[in-house]
Amino acid sequence: MDDQEKKIKEEKNIPTSEATEKKSKEISRRNALKAFVGIPVGGLFGFELARKINYDKNRRSRIVQELGLDKMEFSIPDYGKDEARDIIRIGIIGFGRRAEQLAAGLGFMHPDEVERRTNNNTIKSWLEQENLNVAITGICDVFDLHAKRGLEIANNNLRSGASKLPVKRYPTYQDMLADKDIDAVIISTPDHHHGFMAIEATKAGKHVYLEKSVAHTEEELNELYHVVKNSQITFQLGHQITQSTVFKQAKEIINKNVLGKITLIETTSNRNTSEGAWIRHLDANGNPKPGDEKSIDWMQWLGNTPYVPFSVDRFYNWTKWFAYDTGLIGQLFTHEFDAVNQLLRIGIPKSVSSSGGIYYWKDNREMPDSLHCVFEYPDKDLTLLYSGNLASSRSRGRVFMGHDASMELGNNIKITVDRNSTQYKQGIASGLIDTSEPMLSFNPGAGQIDAVTSASERYYADRGLTNTIIGGRQVDVTHLHLREWLNCIRENKTPSAHIDVAYEEGIACIMAHRSYLEKRQVFWDEVNRKIV
Amino acid sequence: MRSNRRPKKCFTMRRIQYRKSQLIFLLTLRFAIGWHVLYEGISKVINPQWTSADFLHESRGILAGFSEWILSNPNLLATVDLLNAWGLVLIGLALIFGFLFRPAAIIGSILIFIYYLSVPPLVGYEYTLPSDGSNLIINRTLIEAIALFGLALFPTNRIFGLDYFIPSLFKRKT
Repeated sequence: MDDQEKKIKEEKNIPTSEATEKKSKEISRRNALKAFVGIPVGGLFGFELARKINYDKNRRSRIVQELGLDKMEFSIPDYGKDEARDIIRIGIIGFGRRAEQLAAGLGFMHPDEVERRTNNNTIKSWLEQENLNVAITGICDVFDLHAKRGLEIANNNLRSGASKLPVKRYPTYQDMLADKDIDAVIISTPDHHHGFMAIEATKAGKHVYLEKSVAHTEEELNELYHVVKNSQITFQLGHQITQSTVFKQAKEIINKNVLGKITLIETTSNRNTSEGAWIRHLDANGNPKPGDEKSIDWMQWLGNTPYVPFSVDRFYNWTKWFAYDTGLIGQLFTHEFDAVNQLLRIGIPKSVSSSGGIYYWKDNREMPDSLHCVFEYPDKDLTLLYSGNLASSRSRGRVFMGHDASMELGNNIKITVDRNSTQYKQGIASGLIDTSEPMLSFNPGAGQIDAVTSASERYYADRGLTNTIIGGRQVDVTHLHLREWLNCIRENKTPSAHIDVAYEEGIACIMAHRSYLEKRQVFWDEVNRKIV
Repeated sequence: MRSNRRPKKCFTMRRIQYRKSQLIFLLTLRFAIGWHVLYEGISKVINPQWTSADFLHESRGILAGFSEWILSNPNLLATVDLLNAWGLVLIGLALIFGFLFRPAAIIGSILIFIYYLSVPPLVGYEYTLPSDGSNLIINRTLIEAIALFGLALFPTNRIFGLDYFIPSLFKRKT
């Protein structure tokens, strides 16, 4: 090696004679042929590449054919038309964290947040959001600080396109409902207000967008159901999952019977942080968040619940107490139930049994941090399982188990064929279908089937997005859910999370909660339409 | 090797002389790396879903901040994706056909070295993507970068490559 290098250096320094140079640079036929030595290698590469592309394409189309799926793309054809329409005037009751996301979905963002997202380049998709032709004209919050922020957001109509309408703060939600200048309300308060506020809003003739969970008691839920049913208003429950492309693909997969007969669905929640366990009274630096009796209307916050002295703990961490919420059921299982119910329309279960306890977060809470519920649907030959845990973030997914294949539905879809499947027996025997790993994955980012996934893509398949892609554009699903509600208001149609599915979800949740509290299996009496 | 004793048969590569076996080795290495780089590039070009984002998310060590910066800017990420995929294709073609071989080999080796630096298998760095084999500091990516740099030092393109025509073209023009 050293010799060779020395030699190169030596030779570089020696000027070559003109005659040798001329000789060596002369294009002889033999030398020219040598120069093309790359051609056979390139040719072989091209041949193998064509073979590979062909093989992948064939395999993909054969699998897709075998599973009875063609290319599935879902778009909202009229999205982004930005037609000028009558402005709907919206009042928001409860202006906490969720309300800020909802306001952003409507096209209103706080100037500070706009600046922050401009600086870290995440504002583009929001700026491209369709103009929904709404104005937030009313804010109601028991906490002065939240109400002030709400007013600042409502006044920053960068994206709404609406001519600026005056924004008003209402001291109570009743005042807002009494105002004829409000067309529709969004209720995003703590859960113990949901039921009666939605009932009164409906009675006042306002359209309602209600965050989950639906209602805290069976009586409230029944009343809400009847009031909405007998009204002209448009009711939407705040479950945005149905708006995502991947969800529509899942529906298509189930409709095409790719999974075979489904007898078991497993749903889970897996969190492992204090924030996830509803301890939220401290900010990121560990300092107490603002709020005292002067700035918070405590009596109004308590609503119908038993009186307790003012407590910052309860104000921020209300999910820990039975008076205000149903914990894992109300906060997390609602999403699971909604996803399953929207796909299979399973409705109200025949029976529910729940068990669990406070096993990790041993503070002053009443709410279990580990909870497991079994929902039986004998008429549909189906069991729905829910298992929630707040002390382990190990991802357990949401799995639909069919005789022929199972589907894991998260932000992506993964389908694994069952090794004992009847439908795919031939495909398995011929080696076309490998049952040891997911056969198909649906990438919502691309909105199309990728039948043969790479190892890394398979690995990333369960990491995801809160956005979906429509016509190549990234769109916030909450925005789409609000858009659906507003379009239904204008066209007098029924949105996807209508009062019937809301009722079914509400009953299933109350049954699960009661089963935990009463430590027994609870049943649904279909004749008398009540929980027994 | 003594300078006054020449082997029986040798190939002069612009004043570097190789024995036949050395030449075969260098050409084999050149075609192997060229093939690999070309297919890495083509597989990215033909897959519309491919993005470097997953890889960049994994980044640890001195390039982690740089990767984050790319990830934070969607336009930049798209540009990086495009340059990366087509860069690999062009480098792969250049290596196989021996065209503009030395710049391609040097740029290619730097590019592969950047891949290595983005996810180096150093002690204490954990990655979520499964790694290829067992690695401690040295992995196959680093070896490929080194080997490709070596090819730039021991070029075979002046005779066994399209670069053969470059000096003569120059000569004709001037």
